[in-house]
Amino acid sequence: MTSNCRRPEHTAPPDLFYNEVEARKYSQNSRMIEIQTQMSERAVELLNLPEGQPCFLLDVGCGSGLSGDFLSEEGHYWVGVDISTAMLDVALDREVEGDLLVGDMGHGMPFRPGTFDGCISISALQWLCNADKRSHSPPKRLYTFFSTLYSSLSRGSRAIFQLYPENSEQLELITTQAMRAGFGGGMVVDYPNSSKAKKFFLCLFAGVTGSLPKGLGTETSDRAVSNQVQYSGQRCRFKGMKGKSAKKGRDWILEKKERRRRQGREVRADTKYTARQRKPHF
Amino acid sequence: MKLLTHNMLTSHVKGVTKGYPLLIKATEVKVNEVDFNPQFVSRMIPKLEWSALVQAADELGHRQDLPVELVPEYEKNEEFLKKVHRVLLEVEVIEGCLRCPESGREFPISRGIPNMLLNDDEV
Repeated sequence: MTSNCRRPEHTAPPDLFYNEVEARKYSQNSRMIEIQTQMSERAVELLNLPEGQPCFLLDVGCGSGLSGDFLSEEGHYWVGVDISTAMLDVALDREVEGDLLVGDMGHGMPFRPGTFDGCISISALQWLCNADKRSHSPPKRLYTFFSTLYSSLSRGSRAIFQLYPENSEQLELITTQAMRAGFGGGMVVDYPNSSKAKKFFLCLFAGVTGSLPKGLGTETSDRAVSNQVQYSGQRCRFKGMKGKSAKKGRDWILEKKERRRRQGREVRADTKYTARQRKPHF
Repeated sequence: MKLLTHNMLTSHVKGVTKGYPLLIKATEVKVNEVDFNPQFVSRMIPKLEWSALVQAADELGHRQDLPVELVPEYEKNEEFLKKVHRVLLEVEVIEGCLRCPESGREFPISRGIPNMLLNDDEV
């Protein structure tokens, strides 16, 4: 219970919790500033933006704009969304370079499709798991948020959320709703063995990630001998199966389990025993 | 609020299908100097709804004689990019409101921050 009381989500809804007093800490408390900046740095690193290209990013739960400052330093342009007007006032006083909006994540992101090259969010997502009003339903609000975020990101971009999950069910709820909205990706845990430095990052991919392949004729050196057939001796054993794996094989079972997990069913975890052959019995 | 953000914003009130572009009713507009970055501006131009940008800039009286149709080969036209940069990143709406063209819902802007919060019955 004592640990529960230290979680700000349990004390009040975010628009009330981040009042003038709490907001002032984010511009004065050097320890808080340091932690926030470090996490933003790591989040931007995980975003894996193309080198030397100014990007247009979204900062969800931007607060006083500490994470945004780091984005501006890197030469990017950003838009910040936050529900607390007191925090945004601090951001205005600090003269951040990004544009700010008051908005609730659970209402969805009000942007045109394909707007942003990426999204970061520092310590904000766990607030969505709380029902502060009778009309709030966390799974629904998470789904609204993720689906509108998915559409506002350009294909191939990433969304990185640093969060403080309360328990594994909460984490599962968040990831399931993100997958339902179409995102790929998963959790990255930094320093998993340290209780203090341990940090959770939810890394979501919108569409395929990877850079555009180079056109032919731009470089000629390393594709000189490719007019011969390669691997002609290889047998095509499962020719007719296209993308599917051989039935009852380990891959097939793993795929089936993954499919069921996506449907939200209860599925046993994958272990070394999954799909292992049993010894013959007489 | 910069016009770049306005160009990307839509209304997300329940039942609204398009909700774009939001009409600006500005009572205070400011021009802030921002460093010119031609690479960023030419990257953003294909993402913009050009007609909405021209219309918004016209309403605020900062059109900078932008053409109605996007000029071809704008990447090399530095003068044009500078104009677009000014409209996109330097002109800011400080006070006023945004109006959803479909539902007529108004989102107030104060101290340059639009309030996009919805009421319970609009979600």
